[in-house]
Amino acid sequence: MLMKVFTDFMGWIDQRLPVTDAWNKHIAQYPAPKNFNFWYIFGSLAMLVLVNQIFTGIWLTMNYEPSGEGAFASIEYIMRDVDFGWLLRYMHSTGASAFFIVVYLHMVRGLMYGSYQKPRELLWIFGMLIFLVLMAEAFMGYLLPWGNMSYWGAQVIISIFGLVPIIGDDLTLWIRGDYVISGATLNRFFALHVIALPLVLVILVFLHILALHEVGSNNPEGIDIKKPKGSMKPEEISKFTFHKQYSDKYDIVDAVPFHPYYTVKDIMFVVGFLFLFCWVMFFAPEGGGYFMEAPNFTPANGLKTPEHIAPVWYFGPFYTILRVIPNAMLGAIGMFSAIIVLFLLPWFDRGTVKSVRYRSKWHLINLIQFSICFVVLGALGTMPATPTANLIGAIASFGYFGFFVALWFYSKNENTKPMPERIAD
Amino acid sequence: MSNVPVNNSRRRFLTAATAVVGGAGVVGAAVPFIASWNPSARAKAAGAPVEVNVGKIQPGQLIRAEWRGKPVYVVRRTEKTVSDLAKHDDQLRDPNSEKAQQPEYATNPYRSIKPEFLVALGVCTHLGCAPTHHGGDFEEFVEGVPNGFYCPCHGSKFDMAGRVFQGVPAPLNLVVPEHSFTGNDTLLIGVSPDVNKGAA
Amino acid sequence: MKKLIIAVTFGMLCSVTALVPFSAIASGPSVHLDKANNDLSDKESLKKGFKTYINYCLGCHQLQYQRYGRTFDDLGIEEADGIANYMYTGDKVGGHILNAMPKKEAAKWFGSAPPDLTLEARFRSPDWIYTYLRSFHIDENRPFGVNNTVFKDVGMPHVLQDLQGVSTIDEHGKLSPAMGGTLTAEEYDVVVRDLTNFLEYVGEPNKLERKALGYWVLAFLFFFFILTYFLKREYWKDVH
Repeated sequence: MLMKVFTDFMGWIDQRLPVTDAWNKHIAQYPAPKNFNFWYIFGSLAMLVLVNQIFTGIWLTMNYEPSGEGAFASIEYIMRDVDFGWLLRYMHSTGASAFFIVVYLHMVRGLMYGSYQKPRELLWIFGMLIFLVLMAEAFMGYLLPWGNMSYWGAQVIISIFGLVPIIGDDLTLWIRGDYVISGATLNRFFALHVIALPLVLVILVFLHILALHEVGSNNPEGIDIKKPKGSMKPEEISKFTFHKQYSDKYDIVDAVPFHPYYTVKDIMFVVGFLFLFCWVMFFAPEGGGYFMEAPNFTPANGLKTPEHIAPVWYFGPFYTILRVIPNAMLGAIGMFSAIIVLFLLPWFDRGTVKSVRYRSKWHLINLIQFSICFVVLGALGTMPATPTANLIGAIASFGYFGFFVALWFYSKNENTKPMPERIAD
Repeated sequence: MSNVPVNNSRRRFLTAATAVVGGAGVVGAAVPFIASWNPSARAKAAGAPVEVNVGKIQPGQLIRAEWRGKPVYVVRRTEKTVSDLAKHDDQLRDPNSEKAQQPEYATNPYRSIKPEFLVALGVCTHLGCAPTHHGGDFEEFVEGVPNGFYCPCHGSKFDMAGRVFQGVPAPLNLVVPEHSFTGNDTLLIGVSPDVNKGAA
Repeated sequence: MKKLIIAVTFGMLCSVTALVPFSAIASGPSVHLDKANNDLSDKESLKKGFKTYINYCLGCHQLQYQRYGRTFDDLGIEEADGIANYMYTGDKVGGHILNAMPKKEAAKWFGSAPPDLTLEARFRSPDWIYTYLRSFHIDENRPFGVNNTVFKDVGMPHVLQDLQGVSTIDEHGKLSPAMGGTLTAEEYDVVVRDLTNFLEYVGEPNKLERKALGYWVLAFLFFFFILTYFLKREYWKDVH
């Protein structure tokens, strides 16, 4: 009886909006390669953290006061006077760092298995745009507690825009809306942080997923699961039912429907991730001084610089590149180039074999050195600039850019291993 | 679910168990979001009980106190006013205060702890206007009743125990807030008398 | 194939490990801090610290985000007792722990206005507070005749001097035992530890509550993980 009501209701809806069809196309009958490994969970986790940030963020705005006079006190009001306000705030602050951890690992996955290569260039570009907006979102959000580190961190980053030739000074003035960082800056950052950028972020995530489902998911083997129609024997074609949009065009092999197979797998990993997340949030919400920095427990003070200004850890790699280049102007160019080369990655890689499993030893070494350099750059970004640190930073920066240059050269005629036709069991 | 080729009881059990436990998790996660809408410590501090010194109120006089952002009327009724209360019961909607518009300890003919002092919210039960106190000239509204409250918005009338007269828009008697006396002359609005100590 | 994943992961781990010595170099020299070893669950200690704070610190340093009533509740102080013994300023129980010091004037007296201390333990760390309050020594060149080895040229006088007495400093920067106070060195350490304990509490009043809730949440997630593991394994039988 109840089932019939539901079926009738869905029938009524489906005649007007293809809900069931969309559900099948993107979830229940979406062909996902059967060999996704651990590295494939970070997309779902990023989604989870995004939802967490949106909800806790909305709830924080209910008690936050975006003004130079009231911001710092309103955070303490949330931490002390609002029931469970402390938890909502820690969920948001821990979530910010978790977001970057998850997104960086998601990107490592893309690098390892060549998920940016043709035909997934646009998918990669959308991902990079998400990363860019995320950095802007995090930067603006970090000013909102109006602690002393918020203030001086923003000061340093806004100053980078002052390096733009001719209009630099006017540009920083325009960004701040004042001669120093002030309530005016805080208010515009607040507006962008809670409304404009989240909106852009959600739209980009939607496009990212849409583009993914158009070209299909890559996998650790880098072997396509969609074969030309009629090229496979009937017994080789997957026993599962897939949406006709996919199965009409291709013979689909070695795939499972996303739901229920990857939903149950993702749920398991989500719970495991939440365990780690809650561990940090409940027992070390300051993240050892990296997730919440000690100077931020004093209010913003334009006359008193913290002893050691460091950006939040997730900006570390790019900040180090900025810092190790002795000329400020070139440093800024270096920093932006570090992001631009990531956008161009699909064109730096001239190879056709996707997964590191079938590529040359050089590629593996290059990937490892790149990962090490990235982590080293990140760690250095949180430390004071000593001569030793700058030297290591310069070497790591070289390794960072070297990855792309070397890739461009060796990928043209790379000595790859023979690729199997099918994904092995 | 159309793609699930087998469906045994173990699978159904695990799915249901995960759904139930996961549902419980979602409910748990919703708690901080819901609880954060409760009045905060700041709101509670601002809504703390208010002390009023009633020693200097003259018989027949009304003073206003503010409690949780609302006006509270405190009137020192004369003995005659108290004894007159029973005389117009037939003109009232709820002469015996049967509707829960007052704490239990004020559910009596004079709707207060001490007959002398009326403590009531100055908020008309019709649409929330503040009724005006008419001491001595209330007869122009109700014949034979010299004192009372008249609401200027829609003409609701209340007697000196805050009880509403018949034939006016207001449906209920004025609200008597929780209150108690901590000393002979000290009225505490917002806290009920401590039964154990017998502070009332 | 698994090896490759492991190799990359291993590489990243190595690089993190390799960085540890650098961080030691980079962080540079810092003052040695004694361990406070305070115990947030010790309510008697917190009450004594609160009392010390009211008597010695509140005159100059507010706790502008902390309310009296909240403190009474958390420390197990009866409201009447709290009003009688902890509130001298005639504030409301629901009000914040404030003083009447004019900020501008204070800045003239001490060089800079005495900071609010609500978040001091989160800003500096409890160990810092504990060591700082035990590191005053005579220095005739300073306005109040004292200096501090943890906070050089601090504008604050040694407020607890009548308890601790005074230390002198030798050319190696070593402090002599304090002389002339009403407390022995051990007793003074306890007073400072209680005060540190109180300041750590004030920095995050719901710290204990946070951890207590954390255990329940982790236990729930652990149980839920096992369940989802079996669910996943059950479905994946179809594939493997």
